[in-house]
Amino acid sequence: MWVYEKKLLYPVEVTTCNPMLAKYLMEQYGGADGELAAALRYMNQRYTVPDKVIGVLTDISTEEFSHLEMLATMIYKLTKDATPEQLEKAGLGAHFVNHGHSLFYENAGGVPFTATYIQSKGDPIADLYEDIAAEEKARATYQWLIDISDDPGVSDALRFLRERENIHSLRFRESVEILKEERDRKKIF
Amino acid sequence: MNQSQFRGTYRPYVSPRDPCPPILEKTFVLPPQLFTNFQKPGLPQNSPEEALKQGSLWPQFVDGFYREEGIS
Repeated sequence: MWVYEKKLLYPVEVTTCNPMLAKYLMEQYGGADGELAAALRYMNQRYTVPDKVIGVLTDISTEEFSHLEMLATMIYKLTKDATPEQLEKAGLGAHFVNHGHSLFYENAGGVPFTATYIQSKGDPIADLYEDIAAEEKARATYQWLIDISDDPGVSDALRFLRERENIHSLRFRESVEILKEERDRKKIF
Repeated sequence: MNQSQFRGTYRPYVSPRDPCPPILEKTFVLPPQLFTNFQKPGLPQNSPEEALKQGSLWPQFVDGFYREEGIS
């Protein structure tokens, strides 16, 4: 069960009308290494990992949903008042025809989200290493988004999100170390 | 071969209302490469025949996996 707080994890300020930037941000909204994929991946894997690391996966998944909400806010603000002509110029013509001004889970190239973006192998080490890789890929995606963004408010939020990926990666690495301590436990006791 | 040093165990939560007979202790694999960040030179080696059989020139990196372990 979750308790919802009606505020964002980190304030999102958007200073320009820039539907093109919104299109790029969709990579982290509905892309393979995006926040939706991350949240769903961890929330699903959490059931079949050893007890000691269930909490890490649940907590990080929850935080990823709060990141998803920040991305949604940015994309919404960047596109809400754009005319169909402006959207078309930004490469969002096909998006507008299908979805109007609403958001949709698709990547920057317009490819819709698919469950094949995530994995669940049922082997704790395989799953945690996938999670570490996912965090590093999300960090890299944020770097390229920061490089391409010309909106200082959006860039500020993206830098915050990028730093969170670093911490998540560390937490998953620590989870691997915790499991390594379980090695040969039967013999010790 | 002693696999137990490359296995971990944990005791998942068991509910009195579990529909299937609960497995009290679960085992998972902690493969040997997890404990070697960079392979040292001069490790003991298998004979060529044994290396072919085991899938590794170095016995240190073989942990085996048998259905009888009951991991799954």
